[in-house]
Amino acid sequence: MNNELPLRPAPIRKRDNLFFWDGAKLEELRIQKCNCCGKLQHPPGPMCPQCLETDMGYQVCVGRGRVYSWIIPRYPELPMFSSDLVVALIELEEGVRILSNICDVAHEDIRQGMEVELFFAATQDDGKVPQFRPATQ
Amino acid sequence: MKAINDVAVAGIGQTEFSKNSGRSELQLAAECVKSALQDAGLTPADVDGLVTYTIDNNEEVDLARTMGMKDINYFSRMPFGGAGAVGTIAQACTAIRAGMAEVVVVWRAMNERSEYRFGQLDATSGMTVGGGGTSDMSWAFDMGAFTPMAWQALNAMVYMERFGVTNADFGRLIVQQRKYAASNPNAYFYQRPVTLEDHQASRWIIEPVLRKFDCCQESDGGVAVVLTSLERARDLKQPPVKVVASHGGGNGSQIATNHYAADLSIASESLVTARNLYAMADLTPADIQVAEIYDAYSCSVFYGLEAFGFCDLGEASDFVRDGHLAIDGKLPTNTHGGLIGEAYIHGLNSFTEGVRQVRKTAVNQVANVENAIVTSGWSAAILSKV
Repeated sequence: MNNELPLRPAPIRKRDNLFFWDGAKLEELRIQKCNCCGKLQHPPGPMCPQCLETDMGYQVCVGRGRVYSWIIPRYPELPMFSSDLVVALIELEEGVRILSNICDVAHEDIRQGMEVELFFAATQDDGKVPQFRPATQ
Repeated sequence: MKAINDVAVAGIGQTEFSKNSGRSELQLAAECVKSALQDAGLTPADVDGLVTYTIDNNEEVDLARTMGMKDINYFSRMPFGGAGAVGTIAQACTAIRAGMAEVVVVWRAMNERSEYRFGQLDATSGMTVGGGGTSDMSWAFDMGAFTPMAWQALNAMVYMERFGVTNADFGRLIVQQRKYAASNPNAYFYQRPVTLEDHQASRWIIEPVLRKFDCCQESDGGVAVVLTSLERARDLKQPPVKVVASHGGGNGSQIATNHYAADLSIASESLVTARNLYAMADLTPADIQVAEIYDAYSCSVFYGLEAFGFCDLGEASDFVRDGHLAIDGKLPTNTHGGLIGEAYIHGLNSFTEGVRQVRKTAVNQVANVENAIVTSGWSAAILSKV
């Protein structure tokens, strides 16, 4: 058993995103879905901008997407994150965009439009965050 | 009440720009406002409107009390931090035209180098210093994007991919701005020009988008502007500079932090501002002789040149490479050295440079200035000779 505790900070939980981070702990990427009109949105909010209803649910992401943008933060150093951290915007197959990280890939091999698949990484305080790596199929 | 059509800048003032002012932010605010009022030939008792923008540690009431101001009829504070810098001018114009205030002071004063490291990660809280005034950034923090540089670079990477722009293209802009700064005694980088090789040797902040030399400074200092009706300004100490201003956007997005807009290769918010501004001024980009474009980062200027119509989409790198930003170019830009070369007083020092260009008192004076544009994200103003 790996006794090393993850350094990565726990996600910032807020009243309007609790369902998202509760889902992440169960390794589900939950995309907010309006229970009235069915609109998907990310980041989630307390009201549907399309129909103005507040009955909000979610749909579980199938776990595939494409890279839209990516950067490598070099300074200031982020000791709580992996030293080869890549921050990326991923267009999910469901049609929403999410900020995440791309892992398990050489920096020079990252391309816009590259297909990626979802996995989860552990954080402090028993949290988990959605991550992406090159699609295997 | 008499109708007021035209508003003018009557005074500008500033403290020195440094890395350690040695005094409080409130003192810096009071000093720069005093200097702007003296420039105009007015006193604190004449002031009846105060306008600032978010991420200001100085409270309006403290400034009014410190300077013995009397009845203030109009207060407002623009959102968006630096992207609202020129939005303050639109607020001041609106208040003056509506008769709510006669003399409006706009200011920004900060010790964002010596007292706190603005925009940097505070490791104890895991949050960004000076993060107030931005929309919810928790989604970025969770993924290790803690600084404004990281937020902006996520957008700029899309721009670079779409148009085949490289960091060296940004570097050519930096060389030009540092050249302007080198001949500006108020600039931190006075007499310190750089070459493209120097730029390319500076360390990555956000690879492969922004190097150290692509980023604005952290500075201590204060800048203030006094506005009043053109009619009253004509009787004051300085030749008046007429102003039209606009702020746009309004689609729930925020420059530098909106990672969810349909197309991150364009500054969609600034396009709205540009359209409003030129319509209000009844001018086109061809009528502008000099530009001060918000340059928190080199890439911001590329977005600005395109959004405000000085070159076509994706052509900013050619526009820069062809020398159009130089003093004898088609559009001399950031003639004080910008926020990168002069100081980062959150964009307001670019507005005062625009005023100096129209007054013909700039150190890097452009010939025959009739109209100058100053932009900060999605707010902008056109300043015109009277």
